[in-house]
Amino acid sequence: MLTFENVLLSQGDFALTVDMTLPKAEIIALIGPSGAGKSTLLSAIAGFFAPTSGRISWNGADLAGIAPGARPVSMLFQDNNLFPHLTAAQNVGLGLRPDLKLPPAQLAEVEAALAQVGLSGFGDRKPGALSGGQQSRVALARVLVADRPLVLLDEPFSALGPALKDEMLDLVKGKLHAAGKTVIMVTHDPADARRIADCAVLVADGVVTAPVSTATLLDNPPPALAAYLG
Amino acid sequence: MAHSLVPVTPRWPSVAAATLVLLLTIGTLGAVAWRAKWAGGLAPADWAAVRFTIVQALLSAAISVVLAIPVARALARRRFRGRQLLITLLGAPFLLPVIVAVLGLLAVFGRGGVLNDVLTSLGFSPVSIFGMHGVLLAHVFFNLPLAIRFILQGWLSIPSERFRLAATLNAPVGRLLEWPMLRVVLPGTFLVIFLICLTSFAVALTMGGGPRATTIELAIYQAVRFDFDLGKAALLACVQFGLCVGAAMLALRITADDVTGAGMDRVVQRWDVARAGIDYAWIIAAALFLLVPLGMVVLRGLPGIFDLPDTIWAAALRSITVAIGSAVLCVSMALALALRGGGLTAIVGVLPLAASGLVVGTGAFLIVFPFVRPADVALFVTLLVNATLALPFALRAIGPAAAQVNADYGRLGKSLGISGWAWVRLIVLPRMRKPLGFATGLAAALSMGDLGVIALFAGQAEETLPLAMYRLMGAYRMETAASAALLLLSLSLLLFWICDRGGRANADV
Repeated sequence: MLTFENVLLSQGDFALTVDMTLPKAEIIALIGPSGAGKSTLLSAIAGFFAPTSGRISWNGADLAGIAPGARPVSMLFQDNNLFPHLTAAQNVGLGLRPDLKLPPAQLAEVEAALAQVGLSGFGDRKPGALSGGQQSRVALARVLVADRPLVLLDEPFSALGPALKDEMLDLVKGKLHAAGKTVIMVTHDPADARRIADCAVLVADGVVTAPVSTATLLDNPPPALAAYLG
Repeated sequence: MAHSLVPVTPRWPSVAAATLVLLLTIGTLGAVAWRAKWAGGLAPADWAAVRFTIVQALLSAAISVVLAIPVARALARRRFRGRQLLITLLGAPFLLPVIVAVLGLLAVFGRGGVLNDVLTSLGFSPVSIFGMHGVLLAHVFFNLPLAIRFILQGWLSIPSERFRLAATLNAPVGRLLEWPMLRVVLPGTFLVIFLICLTSFAVALTMGGGPRATTIELAIYQAVRFDFDLGKAALLACVQFGLCVGAAMLALRITADDVTGAGMDRVVQRWDVARAGIDYAWIIAAALFLLVPLGMVVLRGLPGIFDLPDTIWAAALRSITVAIGSAVLCVSMALALALRGGGLTAIVGVLPLAASGLVVGTGAFLIVFPFVRPADVALFVTLLVNATLALPFALRAIGPAAAQVNADYGRLGKSLGISGWAWVRLIVLPRMRKPLGFATGLAAALSMGDLGVIALFAGQAEETLPLAMYRLMGAYRMETAASAALLLLSLSLLLFWICDRGGRANADV
């Protein structure tokens, strides 16, 4: 489980306090108005943003001082999740070995992951020759093969149309969640949270609330969330 | 503890590059200052060289800028077939070996040139272009295009809405829009050209000479090669360095920096210009001035190009080797520095702009002279110096691209744990192919045409193609020299084209 003990994230005028524990092997949605600090919270977990004070730990082990690449974390950003000059298979392979020196067994693993996201035989294509939805699938395949239990989604599907986005969310649930990964996703859309997230966390007014079931949070929104949802 | 947002690459390449650049700029300056014969001061002839250097640079810059204004204005407000090609060609003198252009100018304006043929047939006495006016002619030839590009950029930076507004108000465009723009653009343009003309040894070597037309760099060269007075050469090198640093600091403070030509393909719609004749006259005159000398090189060089003596081919091979080595070193250094970034990179990136090839060469000469015969290391030193002098241009070409790769993919790479050589090999090199190819081509072409350090160091056995050409011209073997010039020109452009093309082919966006 991911534990935040008296964590303060601050930069200039911005400040966010976090004190909570997120359950393991669940999908957790971060909901809140823009600028509230959802992405900053993800950056802190990924190691791109150091807390001013407090402690973030995974299964009891402090994450402080561990480089982003050495954390048990896969992250998908809003854009630029694939390297355009590498093939789909190479992009997936980076999840296994960052220097891409893949032995045959790992090559087979890459192929299997592509098959899992419905891209059998697409391994040799470069991102430019794939549709937006297919590109997202390649990125998900990379997360799938990586031996990293924690997955952070910073709205990687926001550029897709509604139907494609739902398809990707279902893949997240059907593949990543099914593989036992803990998924933390930022979302603007309550429908996304309802679709796949078991529990949700409200990020608003400088505070992060403890996780509650998504339905509970959205059916009886606290004032800050009610104002945001309108 | 916070982590940097970009993958970390090994530190030693950037340290090695910075060390080499500092050694060749500050280090050689130290050697020069150490050996300088301070006691006697400058002789009257040396003062004359200082005066000539400054005066010719001032005049060259002034003439280039003044002539560039009407041409830039014409290009800014006229649309015609071939306009973009002409603007692209205005960038070409940067790649053009100086000695080739000089030969072309001689073919038009020189003793046996077209101009004098016409003059004598009309009964006038022929003119000589050696000395001050030859130096000015060559400098204007090289820097007029640069000035036109700078000023054209200024013209196109005036928003078209302003011209529309001025037209509705029936306001004088010149005083309202154009003069304020020129007041901003002209001083920087003038200073950049002034700085270039302070350090253009090859022009002074070929067009100048004699007591009345000797630059400081030429005096350094003569002190080393003919008098072997190293103390005097070192003292002159210190003077030259001081002059360059002063001019470079002034230029850096007030210069707008874009010379890429991006966005120059548009034409601002104007309502205030009626007669096009004068504009086209300026454009045609400038194009002829720039193209006819090059045409003459091709015309005169072509017949003999396959009968060139073996020594020329050997020199060409040496030049190519040095150019490739220099380009690879230059771009490797630029890449290492661009990936590390920071203040040191910024300093190391501009330091060579203030260095003069001859000063660096003199310093290097003083350093190696006690240990080896300078001619033995002529090609190696030339390679190092050329790589260093081209570094600011290479860095300018690839620096923004490196920043872009980090901005786009730094966090992804970091979160995937890609670092060190894997980051360079898998991500940086493939993503930066285009600017790397361009920078390599640029550095190779600059080195190919260089006639500076090599002239200080080389004996007969080490001559490069430009030096061989210069010696042919000195021996009045003009036909052979023209063929060598054509070969040099072709090789320079070919090297640039191959590298630039290599970076573009099959590049993924």
